[in-house]
Amino acid sequence: MLRHNKIELALHLLRPEPLDASTSTRPLLLLHGLGDRSPSSVPNWCQPWPGPVAALDFTGHGDSTVPAGGGYSPELLMADVDQALAYLTDDDPDRSITVLGRGLGAYVALQIAGARAGQIHGAILLDGPGLAGGPTGPTSQSVFALDTDGRSPDPYALVELGRDLRPGDYAVSFVNLANAGAPTDTPITVASSFRPKWLAAVVEAPGVAEASLADALATYA
Amino acid sequence: MASDPDDSGLDEHGESPFAGARRPERTYDLPAHGVRIAVHEWGDADAPPLMLMHGGFDFARTFDGFAPKLADAGWRVVSWDQRGHGNSEHAPLYSWDGDLRDTLAVFDHVADGRPIPVVGHSKGGALMTQLADAQPHRFRCLVNMDGIPYKRNLPDVAEHERTTMLAKDLAGWLDHRRRTATASRKPGTLDDLARRRGRMNPRLPHEWLRRLVTTGGFESEDGWRWKIDPALRFGGFGPWRPEWMLMRLPGLPMPFLGILGAEMEEMGWGTPPRKVLPYMPLDGRCEVLDDVGHFVHIEQPELVSGIVLDFIGAPS
Repeated sequence: MLRHNKIELALHLLRPEPLDASTSTRPLLLLHGLGDRSPSSVPNWCQPWPGPVAALDFTGHGDSTVPAGGGYSPELLMADVDQALAYLTDDDPDRSITVLGRGLGAYVALQIAGARAGQIHGAILLDGPGLAGGPTGPTSQSVFALDTDGRSPDPYALVELGRDLRPGDYAVSFVNLANAGAPTDTPITVASSFRPKWLAAVVEAPGVAEASLADALATYA
Repeated sequence: MASDPDDSGLDEHGESPFAGARRPERTYDLPAHGVRIAVHEWGDADAPPLMLMHGGFDFARTFDGFAPKLADAGWRVVSWDQRGHGNSEHAPLYSWDGDLRDTLAVFDHVADGRPIPVVGHSKGGALMTQLADAQPHRFRCLVNMDGIPYKRNLPDVAEHERTTMLAKDLAGWLDHRRRTATASRKPGTLDDLARRRGRMNPRLPHEWLRRLVTTGGFESEDGWRWKIDPALRFGGFGPWRPEWMLMRLPGLPMPFLGILGAEMEEMGWGTPPRKVLPYMPLDGRCEVLDDVGHFVHIEQPELVSGIVLDFIGAPS
């Protein structure tokens, strides 16, 4: 478990060591979709990754703490990932990882790729629950309270992270950050079939590649 | 750091006195969907309620000077500490959705869905403007005191420089998040904290800032600290744009009064009054106070309470 402020985050070390113990390959961190949780073993679709594989349960999901009273944002989940990044790199700013996000996790992967550009070798954005997010501009949003019982996934997470604002230019600002600070020419690869507006804007930005999942994994390995 | 001489002169409640300031008549905790919210009330408990919401990095007791003037006019003035602020619980998560949800718990407790007058300052004004747009049936009228966001104050720099600035902001915020599990507010003497706050509020008198320390801080063996959750950080980033709040104004169906201080300050939104006036609702108006800063109700409690009382009418 990792500590993020008042939250205990479950980081699952699905494959603690590289496939070939004599090599040193950067870790792959899996980020699940909205309402989902980390897999219990390395999924078939990322078996080819030669290095260690870890997966993080976001706040309010899986085995991580379900907080009272809601208040979620993708930016908070980005900070969740930052805690995992610190752990997987032993807090060494010269070490890096690759992140693979599904759905909501794809949006968060994009954010951390921009915010910690020097430590994210590549970000792979994949289909999954919560990929679309909410509107791209202001709306008359409802104010609500929900009955919760402490079980995950947190109903507040499902609603608040299912309707968060995702303007395209805001998403692209993370691409710009990744391009400015990442060690690779194409730090972001979109491997999804579905392209909501924010992701369509990301695909159009310089430094963003489109590839199959297998090719993306091979590129960042 | 032991207690120092500047702790002298505190009243029987351990609070630094200030002319015209008064403690709330009632203070209690309210469970708000899992988060404990501290509520403070001035005036007769049976009087008609009036809601008063503080700004970011403030707390309900910052109304110690202003609220009594409204209460003395016959209102039950109800304010509350936003989550993580003042005496309210340090919540696991913070967001506008969360603040609005806590607000509804207080509204339901006090007014049970009946329309009541609402006054908000700074972030509290902006939050109440959003709530007025989402749930107008709860509002008899709305007063927004220097809480009308206009736009981000971005410097006029090239795009790549802006990217560099955003990178520093993000890294700084993430570094802060890495430390929050063990962070605590910096201790100091009572006057130290008052002087620190004074750097953000240069227009407010030191004696008032001392009162803020003794009502919004706590003293332990190594000195005074603010109660506010160390996880909270001034400023921020995200997809939300201040001008989107301005767009909600014209459609507000209830009587609306904006009160803007003409002097720009660090904790304010930097909203030029002339930019706001075109967005007034059909039944709305805006008062611009010259030579007054962001804390209009603290700098000019007599004037501002008079304007507010005149606008909201007699208690009923």
